Amino acid sequence: MTEIVEPLLLKMRQFLTFILADEEYGVDILRVQEIRGWVPVTRIPNSPDYMKGVLNLRGEIIPIIDLRIRFGFPSLEYGATTVVIVVWVHGPESEHCMGVVVDAVADTYDVSSDDIQSAPLIRNGIDPQYFEALATMNEKMVVLLDLDYLMNSGEQSGADLD
Amino acid sequence: MSIDLSQFIPVFLEESFEGLEVMESGLLNLEENDAEAINAIFRAAHSIKGGAGTFGFSNITDFTHVVETLMDELRAGRRSCSDSLKSVLLSSVDCIRLLLEAARDGTACDEPQIKQVLQQLEAELSCDNEDKVAIVSNELEIIDLSSSHVPVMETLGWVIDFAPAPHLLMTGNEPILLMSALADLGQLVTNAAIGLVPSLDELNPEELFLHWKINLYSDCSELAVREIFEWVEGDCSLSVFPLQKSADVTSEESVTNDPVAPEMTFEKATEQPANAESVEPASASFETLSPKISSDSPAAPAQNSRKNQADQGSIRVGIDKIDGLINRVGELVITQSMLGQVGLEMSDCDHPGVERLNDGLVQLERNTRDLQEEVMRIRMLPISFVFNRFPRMVHDISSKLGKLVELKLSGEQTELDKTVMEKIGDPLLHLIRNALDHGLETPQERIAAGKTESGTVHLNASHQGGFIIIQIKDDGRGLDTDKIREKALSSGLITTDQLLNDTDIHDLIFVPGFSTVAEVNDLSGRGVGMDVVRRNIEALGGYVAVVSEEGEGSTFTVSLPLTLAILDGQLIQAHHEIYIIPLLSIIESIWVSTGSLNAVVGRGCLFSFRDEYIPVISLSDVFGLSETPKNFTNSLMVIVEGGGKRAGLIVDELQGQQQVVIKSLETNYKRVEGFSGATILGTGQVALILDVAGVIKMGLDSSTSRYPHAATKDNGHLLAKANI
Repeated sequence: MTEIVEPLLLKMRQFLTFILADEEYGVDILRVQEIRGWVPVTRIPNSPDYMKGVLNLRGEIIPIIDLRIRFGFPSLEYGATTVVIVVWVHGPESEHCMGVVVDAVADTYDVSSDDIQSAPLIRNGIDPQYFEALATMNEKMVVLLDLDYLMNSGEQSGADLD
Repeated sequence: MSIDLSQFIPVFLEESFEGLEVMESGLLNLEENDAEAINAIFRAAHSIKGGAGTFGFSNITDFTHVVETLMDELRAGRRSCSDSLKSVLLSSVDCIRLLLEAARDGTACDEPQIKQVLQQLEAELSCDNEDKVAIVSNELEIIDLSSSHVPVMETLGWVIDFAPAPHLLMTGNEPILLMSALADLGQLVTNAAIGLVPSLDELNPEELFLHWKINLYSDCSELAVREIFEWVEGDCSLSVFPLQKSADVTSEESVTNDPVAPEMTFEKATEQPANAESVEPASASFETLSPKISSDSPAAPAQNSRKNQADQGSIRVGIDKIDGLINRVGELVITQSMLGQVGLEMSDCDHPGVERLNDGLVQLERNTRDLQEEVMRIRMLPISFVFNRFPRMVHDISSKLGKLVELKLSGEQTELDKTVMEKIGDPLLHLIRNALDHGLETPQERIAAGKTESGTVHLNASHQGGFIIIQIKDDGRGLDTDKIREKALSSGLITTDQLLNDTDIHDLIFVPGFSTVAEVNDLSGRGVGMDVVRRNIEALGGYVAVVSEEGEGSTFTVSLPLTLAILDGQLIQAHHEIYIIPLLSIIESIWVSTGSLNAVVGRGCLFSFRDEYIPVISLSDVFGLSETPKNFTNSLMVIVEGGGKRAGLIVDELQGQQQVVIKSLETNYKRVEGFSGATILGTGQVALILDVAGVIKMGLDSSTSRYPHAATKDNGHLLAKANI
């Protein structure tokens, strides 16, 4: 199992970024277990539309979430660049594995913690807690996601972004 | 040097536990003047006492001695075997078990229960035989003396201060050997200083933390004493003083020489010489030397040798490791069947290697299947682990109820999964308790009914396909059909016009809130009813049924899957999705025609199935798979039962039946209504396993909520809406 290092204790952090509707988002690379191509999944009846279904990951059944739909973007037909990023998420009691469908993987960056600034309130309707922080990479703004909050809040309360 | 006794301790414990079982079952079946049984119990007690003495478990020796004395009197016919005596003896078996467990785990055992039972035993001993009392109490006094203070007499000998280095055991030396060598020289009184012993979680059993202060009452030379410690000279600090004066000197010395735990040693040192002088030599060395060795000192060698012992026959493995193994094997099975499919597809291909490939695949399949079976067997244990606790329970309950019961066990060797075993104990216990309490009559009632005075409860386990069948059969009064019907009517469970056969009525006892006993007594009516039993068994994927004939008795049959890790499933397809229905929940699968379906005010549809109207549930509907409601006519229906309800599930296609490895959805996601888990099919695809009770609940909820205003909207179109 992946050891998750407390990010705040590290001076330099590495992020994996990916594209969602031409925007770039990042997740802490220590949370990423693997990146897979899209394969059809088994639907879970009566679940929210961003919940694509479950997948067999070497004997573990893991849920797959479409982050586009989760964030309220229009859905996109899955293509050659569509990937599933398998990440570790801390739940209230345990940690578990989840797959996140994104448009494409972008890059990995080393970011000094000084270059990370907290996310400002964006606008009504979007829960700012989804975004852990903002960072500037190659003169682009990247939104760093708080996976724990993102995954747990949706699954527990059923709260949606829109 | 003498033999290291500690290596035999595991064997002693094992034999003693067996001896306890002999005692327990002997006592349960003990008849008056059954010399053989009494002898067997006596022998068992005697060998436990003897062994405990040899290995220095003096608390066990003391306790068992009293039991043995009682048994001896029984054997000699000086005492009659009363029920009260039997029950005291039975509770003393429990006490000895506690003591043995404490000895095994190296913990102290100071349960108040033991003291209490000991008092009861002594009361029994003294109650009707005056002559005996004197002797016994003498013996008891002797034992008591070991802790009392008596003036000290001067004796010639040596005071040995022996402080071994922690690594002593690793050099291959054992203090117990040294002690027994010393004991050969003369009478021995030892004190262990336990001040340095760390707490249990910090304890390294391979290290020695004890120091000893030994008083050797002997006329041997100092050289002889030093000779014994020759081999450990470099690994300990040793001092030998002549012992000439009274205990005061000894204790002073111990204070000055032993900085480790002065208080401890002081206290002990003052009382030790007392034993030595007041008790006869042989027992003195046991009373004093032995407890030190057993409880304070080398827990380490005892534990080590116990491990070695266990290695030969069995190993203890964490259940998580086995679960991991089972998961891996499950993966292997899936990979194997994926490869098998590829092999089939390739068989048309014109490559010389194809045949060899297929040969290899066949072999792989066989090996995988064998491997899976073997791995599953690791978790299998004989059901006797559960059954064994019942004879005692039946004894206790029947004496409480004043009933005579014979418990027959059969099929104890039938194996089932450990996780199932852990969960089936309580439901079985409840069923047996129920049979004793409600099923069996009192001796008077039985005689009046022309039966034998004593009732029989038969507990049997057997395999049937992939299931284990456990039957609890009693020859009591049986279920009173009229009374159950009356009760069900009065509590509104059924209506007067409902036609129910006996089986249906008997089934009512599993309905929540149902109890035939008017008054609540000690054993029943504590809120744990048959509905809980049924629910717990169904939670295991099992089923419980009752067959009963009034006046003849009842038989409860519990069917359980052998394991919770795999399940026999029927693969079905509903709107391009594959689901698995546990085979156990399926009653039958049929084609439905129009005539057998009946619409009910637009809120769904009922199917007439053998004099019973059961709701029809479309899987596509409850799972929201398709937008347009399907016409049920000429479709395939699987009739299922779960949570005590029946329903017809409309599916699109029946596929094969297969054993599936059950995977949890909760591990990474959460519980999903209507599903009990998931599995991975041969294609690597995930398929969800239906929780039949949940699906029925969902189906009934949605069929009432789907058209919430239908009844008020337009009555004229209701039939059309019912999809018929």
